[in-house]
Amino acid sequence: MTADTEKMTPEQQALFDYLLRLGDNAVVLSHRLGEWCGHAPVLEEDIALINVALDLLGQARSIMTYAGEVEGAGHDEDALVYRRDGFDYRNVLLVEQPNEENFAVAIVRQFLFDAWHYELQTALLQSSDARLAAIAAKSVKEVTYHLRHSSEWMVRLGDGTAESHGRVQEALDDLWRFSGELFEADAVEERMAAAGIGPHPQSLYAAWSETVDRVLAEATLSRPEDGWMQSGGRNGRHGEHLGFILAEMQFLQRAYPDARW
Amino acid sequence: MSERDWPLWEVFIRAKAGLAHKHAGSLHAADAQMALENARDVYTRRGEGVSLWVVPSTAITASDPEDKEAFFEPTGDKIYRHPTFYEIPEDVKNI
Repeated sequence: MTADTEKMTPEQQALFDYLLRLGDNAVVLSHRLGEWCGHAPVLEEDIALINVALDLLGQARSIMTYAGEVEGAGHDEDALVYRRDGFDYRNVLLVEQPNEENFAVAIVRQFLFDAWHYELQTALLQSSDARLAAIAAKSVKEVTYHLRHSSEWMVRLGDGTAESHGRVQEALDDLWRFSGELFEADAVEERMAAAGIGPHPQSLYAAWSETVDRVLAEATLSRPEDGWMQSGGRNGRHGEHLGFILAEMQFLQRAYPDARW
Repeated sequence: MSERDWPLWEVFIRAKAGLAHKHAGSLHAADAQMALENARDVYTRRGEGVSLWVVPSTAITASDPEDKEAFFEPTGDKIYRHPTFYEIPEDVKNI
């Protein structure tokens, strides 16, 4: 796959990388949410989490199809998702963090992501890339609901019982170190911002931070101090968890290439 | 938190503008807001509606099955109450 990408211009390469970041976030988080299928605390929430997972998967399909076209190497959405190795995955580390069979972890991960994703998709409505703007127009409605759903669970758990408060605060303290990567600027993001294709990552921070403060206040939770921020996922440096996700997710296409329903 | 701690709610969906809300089913939720969102997630996944009502199941007063004869049978032989003797213009739908 890397050999083919040499045919792209630097602009196309940056757009391709950017699309993989967007698409991989959606794919990996969708998979993590899918792990709750049949395991959520109550039936209604089971379905709710899977609805979010399917929304993200739908977004990923649109983005990956576009990415395949930009790359121009004949890879469709399935080739990009099911036959790309872990070090070629460009998702932020936050979305690959495991559920640990802990609903509080799933909700905190989702909330930190949704609050950012909502700002990102809203900004992408103004993208100079018509295709991305069109994808954002559909996605922003879905993401608006995702944020509402995860925000209300933050409040319900945070302002709930002593146990639920403790669990969600612990998950927040633990996952906070992955929030910094969402706002990191690098050559790809700078190029996208300069071309008006995507927002500058740092431009999303103020609104994200405001949402986080508002929800945490209502949830009676404390915002963790910004300390060491873990990053690298967007450049293919992942933790141990991504490999296990891909092993499960890619098994079928690896074992039976081009298998269809 | 176990499911039995959460009260039961009845869900009503309006399929499209102009139609009445119809009972779709029930679900468990801790409060009205959560009931509304659970209803959205459980009962409108395939474009079933444009509006939702949720009502605490305890707020519903139901007729007693034992009253069935007195309540419902007297209407059985009153066919003149059906508006079948009128011509209904074709443009009128949903009557």
